[in-house]
Amino acid sequence: MARQIYQAIVDGILGGGVYALMAVGLTLIFGVLDIINIAQGILVVVGAYLSYALSVHLHVDLFLGLLVTVPAMFVIGVVIHLAFIRPLRGRERTSMSLLACYAVAIIAEGVLYWIFGPGYVTLKASYINSSVRVFGFFLPYIYLYGFALAVALVVLLYGLLYRTKFGRSVRATMQDQTAARLIGINVNRVAALTFGIGVAVTAAGGMVYGATSGGFNPNSGYDLISRLLAIIILGGLGSIGGALAAAVFMITLESVVDIWSPNWAILVFYAALVIVLTFRPVGLFGRQAVRAQ
Amino acid sequence: MRSNRTRFLSVGVAACAAAALAAGCSSSGGGSSPAGGKGPIVIGTSLSLTGDFSVDGQAFDKGYNLWVSQVNKTGGILGRQVKLDILNDNSSPTQVVTNYQKLITVDRVDLTFGPFSTLLTAPASATAHRYGYAFVEGAGGGGLVFAQKLNNVFDVSLPVVNELDPFTAWLKTLPASQRPSSAAYPMADDPFAMPQVQRTQGILQPLGIKTAYSKVFPEEESAYKAPADDVAASGAQMVVLGSADVPTVSAFMTAFEQQHFNPKIFVAAAGPDQGASFTSAVGTANANGMMVPDAWYPGSLNALSQAMVRDYVAKYGGSPSGINADVAEAYSVGEVVDQAVTHNKSLDNTKLISYLHSGVTLQSVQGPVRFNSLGENLVATAFIFQWQNGKFVQVLPKGAPGSTAIVYPKPHWAS
Repeated sequence: MARQIYQAIVDGILGGGVYALMAVGLTLIFGVLDIINIAQGILVVVGAYLSYALSVHLHVDLFLGLLVTVPAMFVIGVVIHLAFIRPLRGRERTSMSLLACYAVAIIAEGVLYWIFGPGYVTLKASYINSSVRVFGFFLPYIYLYGFALAVALVVLLYGLLYRTKFGRSVRATMQDQTAARLIGINVNRVAALTFGIGVAVTAAGGMVYGATSGGFNPNSGYDLISRLLAIIILGGLGSIGGALAAAVFMITLESVVDIWSPNWAILVFYAALVIVLTFRPVGLFGRQAVRAQ
Repeated sequence: MRSNRTRFLSVGVAACAAAALAAGCSSSGGGSSPAGGKGPIVIGTSLSLTGDFSVDGQAFDKGYNLWVSQVNKTGGILGRQVKLDILNDNSSPTQVVTNYQKLITVDRVDLTFGPFSTLLTAPASATAHRYGYAFVEGAGGGGLVFAQKLNNVFDVSLPVVNELDPFTAWLKTLPASQRPSSAAYPMADDPFAMPQVQRTQGILQPLGIKTAYSKVFPEEESAYKAPADDVAASGAQMVVLGSADVPTVSAFMTAFEQQHFNPKIFVAAAGPDQGASFTSAVGTANANGMMVPDAWYPGSLNALSQAMVRDYVAKYGGSPSGINADVAEAYSVGEVVDQAVTHNKSLDNTKLISYLHSGVTLQSVQGPVRFNSLGENLVATAFIFQWQNGKFVQVLPKGAPGSTAIVYPKPHWAS
């Protein structure tokens, strides 16, 4: 039993990295734009399909393919912002953005059905099915690489936010949009670029999701969104490091409970969210704390 | 002025009376168009063209449309062409009810065909029952459907609870020393997957095959790795997976390979039967030795099936081995309804229900069809299929026409 628990903890930590990759874009977009991008699930799937197309048609390695898919997803993000989010104005902006993002999800799903059809596809590479033995545990390479990628991306985003001029503009916009405008920051430009970056990061999440799921089709995004929302709420809306910490915590918890009851594991996943929010309503690394940094 | 009003009133009353009469006719015994009509016979169905069951839903769409094109080529039914009225339910058990209500009360279809999956067939059949429509379906063989005890439901396929019976029968014939000593039974929380795996466990345990793992997991793509790792940790020699689709089986196979776990037997309730969808997901080499129960496969010796396979390839392209078994289930629905309507020389749903309950044996691409009082197909034959070197072959029942030797133990993962 102890061995199973250790294995579940290792699985949870590595699996948490995969979810963090999918969730950081969501939390970044919320932090700057006050928008819950409920199209995030389908955008993860779009990222997975881009990797699939490169891998199948051009035989590009999945990780190498990120050099193409990340910029491509950045462009998609900026276009979504310009077409659906930016036109929203007034007090109802946040609630209307939910509908706008839902429309994006429906459109993206339809386009994917049109291009790829309903059949399930999987990403293939030698490191997906193989693993390395460490202290008696088999650690799948894809999860190890995915976790490393998650940590690298979180560090990169921190560097972007806290070590660059653009990052200062983003943080100023996060704290007070009106004040940011008054000091000459082009808030619309910052918002569009941030949305683009949030979606671009999702390309990496999509690739690792595609490689670790049993298969995906255009409908697969709907299973993801509730988990991703739970993770960013627990981590603290707007907190990038919080998303990684929360993803690792929740997936590990779920993995351990799964040993006794897979059905209860999902319930515990969401129960943990409720319990943490009861004592800490802003999540583990809440937005007020993030904005105060 | 007065005469105008009187005339207007009388026309109105006549129109109301006609409408009431028409509504009365259509609500008792289903479809409204007379058998001797000249327009097309309209058959309504709801399919999961999007959502969780979209792969199966679209295969059903192909099966229904293939049957319609074939039946129209030979003059239709009762001399009338057949037309499908298909609505998309997005794999939702609530939307499927709305769709059948629209098909019956607004579109006034003559007949209804079932949707995909037990989960959707159960509420859909209750709706059709309310309006007196016969509900012939091909993918609602779970207990949830028959537990309603509706007289209008007819499942042309094999009842799912019996799907693995040839597999357990084969294990019984093996000497105890050759049987796997332990088994794992991971099951998706699904009315199709669970009953057959639970029944299998109930049969194999008394044979001395120790249960190393038996748990139900949520049917969610994100939830497969942890139970798969637990099954691998159990070290069971045989895995009977209660799966409902390809991603579930694929996720378990990948996790097993990552954990260097290769059971001697790996049989899944669904997934490996989905032709090219399965092999493209797991790789042809890795599919080697994977088993699945079903009532049909593209290489079936049934003459009706061979004709359907030829017509399918001519219409949709591809190869026979890539044909999803759902296509045959859908096609069988059309065949059974065709025979019933032709025999009755009527589209009257009440007569259709009586005829289908009469104990008559009908023919389909899946084999013979005869219904009991619950609408289960009593004479459907269960088979077990196995992927062997890129070919999907029938292996059980042992000695049955078309069965080839089973590969046991399962070869090691290829990659």
